[in-house]
Formats: sequence, structure tokens, C-alpha cells
Amino acid sequence: MSASAPQDGFVVFDKVQKSYDGETLVVKDLNLAVGKGEFLTMLGPSGSGKTTCLMMLAGFETATNGEILLDGKPINSVPPHKRGIGMVFQNYALFPHMTVGENLAFPLEVRGLGKSDRETKIKRALDMVQMGDFMNRRPAQLSGGQQQRIALARALVFEPELVLMDEPLGALDKQLREHMQFEITRLAHELGITTVYVTHDQTEALTMSDNVAVFDDGRIQQLDPPDVLYEEPKNSFVAQFIGENNTLDGVVKEIKGEHCVIELDGGELIDAKPVNVSEVGQRTTVSIRPERVEANRDRLDGDAHTIKAKVLEFIYMGDVFRTRLKVAGNENFIMKTRNAPDQVRHKPGDMIEIGWMPKDCRALDHS
Amino acid sequence: MAMSDASGNDVAIGNETDSKGRLLTSDGRPLRAALDRANRRRKLTAFGLVAPLLAFIVIFFAFPIVQMMWRSVDNPAVIDALPRTLVALEDWNGEDLPSEAVYRALYEDMMADEELPRLEQKIGPLAVRLNYEVSAARGAISRTSRNVDEFEAPFKDAFMDAHRLWRDTEIWRIIEREGRPLTASYYLAAVDAEYDENNEIVRADENRRIYVALFGRTFAMSVVITFMTFALGFPIAYYLSSLPMSKANLLMIAVLLPFWTSLLVRTSAWIVLLQGQGVINEMLVSIGLIGDDNRISMIYNMTGTIIAMTHILLPFMVLPLYSVMKTIPPSYVRAAKSLGATPTTAFRRVYFPQTLPGIAAGGVLVFIISIGYYITPALVGGQSGRMISNEIARHIQSSLNWGLAAALGSMLLVSVLILYWLFNKLVGTDSLKFG
Repeated sequence: MSASAPQDGFVVFDKVQKSYDGETLVVKDLNLAVGKGEFLTMLGPSGSGKTTCLMMLAGFETATNGEILLDGKPINSVPPHKRGIGMVFQNYALFPHMTVGENLAFPLEVRGLGKSDRETKIKRALDMVQMGDFMNRRPAQLSGGQQQRIALARALVFEPELVLMDEPLGALDKQLREHMQFEITRLAHELGITTVYVTHDQTEALTMSDNVAVFDDGRIQQLDPPDVLYEEPKNSFVAQFIGENNTLDGVVKEIKGEHCVIELDGGELIDAKPVNVSEVGQRTTVSIRPERVEANRDRLDGDAHTIKAKVLEFIYMGDVFRTRLKVAGNENFIMKTRNAPDQVRHKPGDMIEIGWMPKDCRALDHS
Repeated sequence: MAMSDASGNDVAIGNETDSKGRLLTSDGRPLRAALDRANRRRKLTAFGLVAPLLAFIVIFFAFPIVQMMWRSVDNPAVIDALPRTLVALEDWNGEDLPSEAVYRALYEDMMADEELPRLEQKIGPLAVRLNYEVSAARGAISRTSRNVDEFEAPFKDAFMDAHRLWRDTEIWRIIEREGRPLTASYYLAAVDAEYDENNEIVRADENRRIYVALFGRTFAMSVVITFMTFALGFPIAYYLSSLPMSKANLLMIAVLLPFWTSLLVRTSAWIVLLQGQGVINEMLVSIGLIGDDNRISMIYNMTGTIIAMTHILLPFMVLPLYSVMKTIPPSYVRAAKSLGATPTTAFRRVYFPQTLPGIAAGGVLVFIISIGYYITPALVGGQSGRMISNEIARHIQSSLNWGLAAALGSMLLVSVLILYWLFNKLVGTDSLKFG
């Protein structure tokens, strides 16, 4: 879906820019299309412009330039209450002076629905989030997770085609958060609603989304499905931001199609896949995931380059071993190995040789 | 383990108990006593910190209030001045003039008073006290007491010659009635009632009814002022709460400025603005909106009091409102809009109900302050803008009828307490937010 041209999407940002003060752009030239029924996550550090994008889509901020389209129609001049977009807020924004039932009835009342219609819909929405018995409670009498469910039910009760969620799980503890991640994706897919989800939590983004848009500095750095994003980051920012990552600095020594050799600053040679480099002599930062680092020479290609590493620390984590290495001057080089019967448990001070498949080591822009 | 008691099986291991089932500490003392001992020092410190203020409040607040309430029923004047007369009056039938014995007792009381040093004489206060009940009493008593040493038996005739009041049963009825240590007559006066010739309580003459109407006016004006501060203060507080902190602080200073200006200066400024030859009238005349001969009277009447007091009490409404509005995150209104509510509906159904604690707090504050307000109505109130507190002040300062002033004050206090209680019943004070 990421490949589709902007005009095809259900939600389209077309060359959208946003500035608050007229001097700096918070959102720079945003082009994004979200397909119908798609679960898109906007992921990025705070101040990257992701929440501003969501607020523009909801109608609480106006785009300084460019067009936002919903189902093919421009909505820049449509006020928020006429957009018909469901929204879940960071702190739920459940109306404290109303009961759960009244909260859910609110969107239906302002739409002029009759009492019996309202009751059916409220019942259905509450059952959907397994909160059927909480109709007459006040929000303050509910736990964080329960409030979260009610907020979700309220955003869905008037059956919007698009739901926006602004870091809805930020206030929950880890276990509840993981459970709600699952609930939200299940509901979104069951109901076939288009969802735009904002978070700064990369695990959340990876586990929930069909597509993830990584924001930084007011731009989308990469828009891809989670697996592509993780395995094939397009630049150093994305590589650093998503998951754990080892980096080494060096200069491109030779490029042959999908394979290149990098000479690290210490003179060592390593294999890599050229992503953001095009010519010999260019400075680059290579990125390797800890779990793709291999210490067993037998598992590597015969002609693969290897590099010497000194074990600094060995951490037993149960399912995996986490070994901190000193590689080419980098003392925070992590190797993750599975806890298999034949796996070597290195000791601090050991000297080992490590290597990797060239495709797992990506030569990116120099950071 | 003390397993002897029947409930021994639910005693946890390590918790020793005595024969009555009380928990004991490890060295055998009752746990409660040990806890009290451990807490005693902390309690003493806490009490020590509170004690100065407590003493201050008791001496300068609670005690005067009790004193005031006592004074509103205290009635020593007749008992002190006429002890013999009161004894003699016990046999009086209450319809005809009393017998010679009573007049003789009165003569003796007056003669005894003459003997006393001037500062201890009781006839003066008696004259003042009886004058509250019947307006000729003061003259009658002072004139009689001046000539009493020349009186000769029969005293009845002597007194009746001295002043016409002694020929009337009314004064005797009053002396008998007020010859008791406690009186209700101040409270009766405060609600425009009095005793008739049969000692029944009736309403006062129409032209002497002032206090009930004045209480009513005071309440009505306080309601109007409370509403005005709300109508003016709500938009200000709303705007302030929507601003970033630095700007809000600057504007808050503007709101608080009236607090830092002398009350007299503020009130005088209103006189300058509102009087007949004042800024507003002159301006209206000069642009031809009103004629020179029918200038609007905006001061020395109820309008003036309401305008000036609304201004002065505005911060008491704005501050609680602001502090409540500050805590309402903008996401509520956003949520309402995203759910399809128009801005008006979002305000009415989501924002406004959440400001109610602030409105309640501001309303109670302004209403209670304005109901006892004194200085502004005194300066700009004229005749129609007077409030009950001005009448209380008049009785304390000029008419010197402290008993009546105390009765009016007690009624004001009690009515405020009743209102607060009602408010608490209806709204609940725990929903109040003063800031």
C-alpha cells in the first residue's frame, strides 16, 4: 500500500506543510496515503511532527500549505465535528461528569439518534471492549486499562470509517499495554476501520501496524511494513530508532552491485550491502542488528571478511545471551545469540572473530 | 503464644495478646498504649504549631461572636436599676395602675441610685433601655429622677404629677416584661415586630418596618452582585485559562490590581466616574445622548452600590473559576468535537459542567462577602443602596443600641450559616474549589 500513489488512498496528505510561527516548519512537505482498512502508525521521537499531523487530520490544527483528503474530498475547511473521525486521546479524555453510558451516548445524541438506537449501539460497543457491566460507572471509578477500553468504545460507537489514536497506551503499565495492543489491532481488523496511530514506542509500532511511517524532523524518513522497516532501514536515523543496532564508521573501499567492502577507521575490512552509498571513497555508517552478528566461522561464507572482537561482558538473559564486545574501537557492540545447547558462552577478556552475511550489514549515510 | 483464648486459632504467630484479646508488644505492654506513647510527642508538636493561631481565633474571633450573641439577649438594665420596684410589681394585676407600694419602691430605687457614685448610677442606662421600647421613656425617667428628692408621700400622685408616662399602664407593663435577665425584644425589633398591650407579639406599624425589607434588599443585591461577577468573570477566567502561562500571569495582575488598590481610592474613582457631574454623564451629555437636565443617577443609590461592589468582588469570582478551568485539559472539548458536537454543544455539555465547582466556590465566596459588605454601600449607597451592615454600624456607632445591632448581626451570621448548610446539602462542599 505504501507504493500506491497519493491520490489512491482513503486518507491522503498531499504536500502538507505546517508552521506555527511562520519561521520554522514543524511538518515539511508531507506526502502520505493510507489505504482503506489499513492500520498506519506514525512513529517518531517527540517533536518530530507526528502529533501535529494527527491534529491536522482531526481538524484541530490547520495545514499551513497543501491539502488533506479524506475519501477523495479535501477536508481543510471542514470543522472537526463534521469530519466524522473517531479519536482516542492520550489521556482518554473521558468526560468526568458523565457515566460510561452517557459518555458513549454523547456522539449518538449529537447526531440525533433515538433512544433505542442509542442503547443498541452503546451495548454493542461496550460488549466489543468487554465492558458491558460498566455502563453506570463514572470514569474516575475505573482503572487505567478500563478507561482506555471505554475511550476506544466511545471512538467507535458512532461507527466512523477512520479512527485516530494519539499515544493511547502511554499511561498503561507494560503488561496491560501489550494486551491492549492486541485488542486494538483485533478490533481494527474485525471492524475493517482505517486507523492512524501515533506513538513513540517502536515495539508498539512494529507489533500493531500494517505500515509504519517513521517521522523525524518534520519528514517521513521511511514508510514501510514493520518487517521491512526493521530489516531494511533506509537511513541511519531509522536504523537507530527502530530496534537495537550496532554502528561502525568507515569509508567505502569497493562496490560491486549488491555487495561492497568498507574499510573501517581502524583499517579492518568488512562486508556490507550498499544502501545509501554510491561511490568508492564515501564515508558511511554501517548498521548491523545484534542478532545477525555471528561468532561461528562455519556459518559464514568462506570468503566473508571477519573482524576481531574482545568480549567485555556476558549477560545471561534466559532465552538469549547478550555479549558486549569491543569492535574497531566501539565498546558498545552487542551480539545476541540464542540459548541453544551448542552455543558458546564467552567470558570477558576472550578474543573472538565475528562476521555477518553481507546483506545484514547495511552501509547507510554517515551519521 | 497466648493460646488460652477461644479465638486463639486466628491469632497470627508472633502477635501476643492479653486476656482481653488486645494485642501486646514484644515486651508485654498493650500495643495501643505503646502506640499512643510513640505518637504523643508528634501530637504535642502539632498542637504547639497550631496553638498560637488557635488562641488568636478563640480570643479575637470566637469570643467576640459569643459576646455579640450574648449581648443580643442580655437585659440587665431594669434588674440593676429597679430591684425593689420589681419585687413590688409581682403583685400587680397588669390592668390598672400599680398600687402606692410600687410607686414607693420606685421612689426608693431612685433615691438609692442618687447615693451611688456617678459612674455606678443605674438610672441613666435604664432610661436608655426603656427608651428603646417607648420613645418618651428617656425624658420621663431623667426628668423624674432629677426631681425625685423633693417627692413626698403619697408617691403615686407625686410620680403621676411629674410625668404623664407614670399615669400610663404601658410603662409598667414594659418594666415588668423587661425585668427579666434575658429579652427577646431586640430580635423582635430586628424582624419588625413588637409587643402589643396584651404582651402579644404583633408586627410593627407599617411606617416603622425597616429591617425585614432591608434584609430582603441585602439578599437581593448580593444575588445580583454574585450574578454580575459571574457574568463578567467567567469569560475573563476562560480567556486567561486558554493563554500560555506567561501571558496569563500578566493579565492575572490586571485582574488582581483592584486587590492592591486601597478600597477608598477605588470607591472614590467610581464616584468620579458615576456622579451627576461625573465623567460618564458629562460624556453622554456632550455627545447628545441624554439631555443636560436628565442626567442618569448612577451613584448614591442601589445602582452605584452594585456597580462598585461588582468591581471590588470580581477577583473573588475570577480566581476560583480560573483555577478550576486551568485543570480542564483542552482534550475534553477536542474529544467532544471529534465525537461530532458543535463548538456550542461541546461548551455547554462538556466544558461548562466541569466549571461548576469553580462557579459554586466563586458564587459562595462573593455572596457571603457581599451580604456583610459595609464600606462601599456606606460610601456610594445613598438611601436605596444601603445594606443591613450599614444599619448594624449605625446602631453601634450613633444610636448606641448595641443589643439591636447584636441581634441584627447574629441574624446575619445565622442566615449565612444556613445558606452554607443548604449549599452543602445541595452541592456538597467537597466539590468546592477555591484555588
